[in-house]
Amino acid sequence: MFSYCTDPGTLEGLTWLSCYLTTGKHQSIYWAVGTVLLLLAITAPTALLFGFGGASAARSRFAPLSWFGKIYISVVRGVPDIAFFLFFVIALDQAFEWVRHKVKCPDWDQEVWQGNDFVVCAEAKLPLGNAAQWVHETYGFFLAVLTFAIVFGAFAANVLYGAMQAVPRAQIETAEAYGMSNRQAFWRILVPQMWVYALPGLSNLWMVLIKATPLLFLLGVEDIVYWARELGGSKTAQFTDYPHPDWRMWYFAALLIFYLGFTRVSEIVLDKIMRRLTKGQATMAGEAQRKAAA
Amino acid sequence: MNKLILSVAALALSAGLASAQTVRMGTEGAYPPYNFINDAGEVDGFERELGDELCARAELTCEWVTNDWDSIIPNLVSGNYDTIIAGMSITDERDEVIDFTQNYTPPAASAYVGLSADADVTGIVAAQAATIQAAHVAETGATLLEFPTPDETIAAVRNGEADAVLADKDFLVPIVNESNGELAFVGEDVPLGGGIGMGVRESDGELKGKFDAAIQSMKDDGTLNAMIKKWFGDEALVF
Repeated sequence: MFSYCTDPGTLEGLTWLSCYLTTGKHQSIYWAVGTVLLLLAITAPTALLFGFGGASAARSRFAPLSWFGKIYISVVRGVPDIAFFLFFVIALDQAFEWVRHKVKCPDWDQEVWQGNDFVVCAEAKLPLGNAAQWVHETYGFFLAVLTFAIVFGAFAANVLYGAMQAVPRAQIETAEAYGMSNRQAFWRILVPQMWVYALPGLSNLWMVLIKATPLLFLLGVEDIVYWARELGGSKTAQFTDYPHPDWRMWYFAALLIFYLGFTRVSEIVLDKIMRRLTKGQATMAGEAQRKAAA
Repeated sequence: MNKLILSVAALALSAGLASAQTVRMGTEGAYPPYNFINDAGEVDGFERELGDELCARAELTCEWVTNDWDSIIPNLVSGNYDTIIAGMSITDERDEVIDFTQNYTPPAASAYVGLSADADVTGIVAAQAATIQAAHVAETGATLLEFPTPDETIAAVRNGEADAVLADKDFLVPIVNESNGELAFVGEDVPLGGGIGMGVRESDGELKGKFDAAIQSMKDDGTLNAMIKKWFGDEALVF
């Protein structure tokens, strides 16, 4: 990076550190921070959407839809995350490729399953075998987003389902008395009021999601914990210009600060949202706000 | 006639596609000198140099991918990459799931390393999970302590969590040499496995054939031995 970094063996102190922290390998961990933040930024709303869909389905009066919602919630919540990430993602990827295979190569005469092997025609590969590495990485990233969204969506669905039940029945009755249809009562009365009950549960999920990102490496996405372990491990002089003993402690300490800072900021933001949502609600906190204002 | 032209065109097109296919080489990137991530953040090591040479000889376009060791075989059979070139010893167990090319290192010795030369190799022994060394430790009756990465197995010995570590000797030599006497080899070397080969899908006979031929040509003209000496030192076993 810097011009004086050509011979790191002769450097000492801060100059050495400035060279060490700007190697190509360290740039990877800085990128990984961005990857993790981007993943959270995309996953959180997607998971919320999945959760909302799951909760609405579970409440549905149409029995099959309600079964679907309830099965989704209980199955995904019951399967260990690591099993989900190891097997479900591979299965999902294969399902995509299988569909593409059926569409794109109808005259393929070989089996798709050959023993342990999953073989589809070259045109059906996702991404295509000759695609650039960044395409593969982006695909892996979105597979990760989808998997996280499905897993955390199930938990969010349960939280939202509970929150929908928690809205006082009297509110809905009033809506009905005004002549609102079920749909109108749902969107205009139930949904705006349920968030205040859902937020504590959802904020828990957000905190868990922040810390679940190391699971990314199971999907081939290199996250910050992977790089911290890789960079911190002891290095012998034969293979690097920057040999050092086991420094994982320092890297993990840096991660600790990053995660604590991140969760602290999240807490502050969530508190603000909570105060905002409480305004005018028929809850104890809402009552307290009203009294303080009066 | 139209149909004929169409099918000829389709054939030409698919042949063109096949030759333009990239072979994706899956590795772990955490097992120097076999494979590791260098200062520039790229895959480097014996297997990087070997793999690039093999691809050149087999006239393939290759791309390097890193993957967690634990899921390295499932991702191969599922088609996320096309080969495993990650210091993987050829064993019967693995051979049931995937195919191996001929070995590109001779059956190499594994060795125990402890804090002193008289460390207890029947006590607690660290090894990387899902390796031949882990299987061997379990057989000897010692208490096996498994770790996901090779580096953590060494750290476990350094901090006293394990009495010794069992790993490929080629991996351990540079670590012991640079430990300033902190670490030492314990007892005799342990011969394990049938050498290291490239893993390919069982259905991928064509690719296996190409790499087999390329490895054979490197064995025949001596470049493989030179490469092994370059990365593992002059005492390393050669063909």
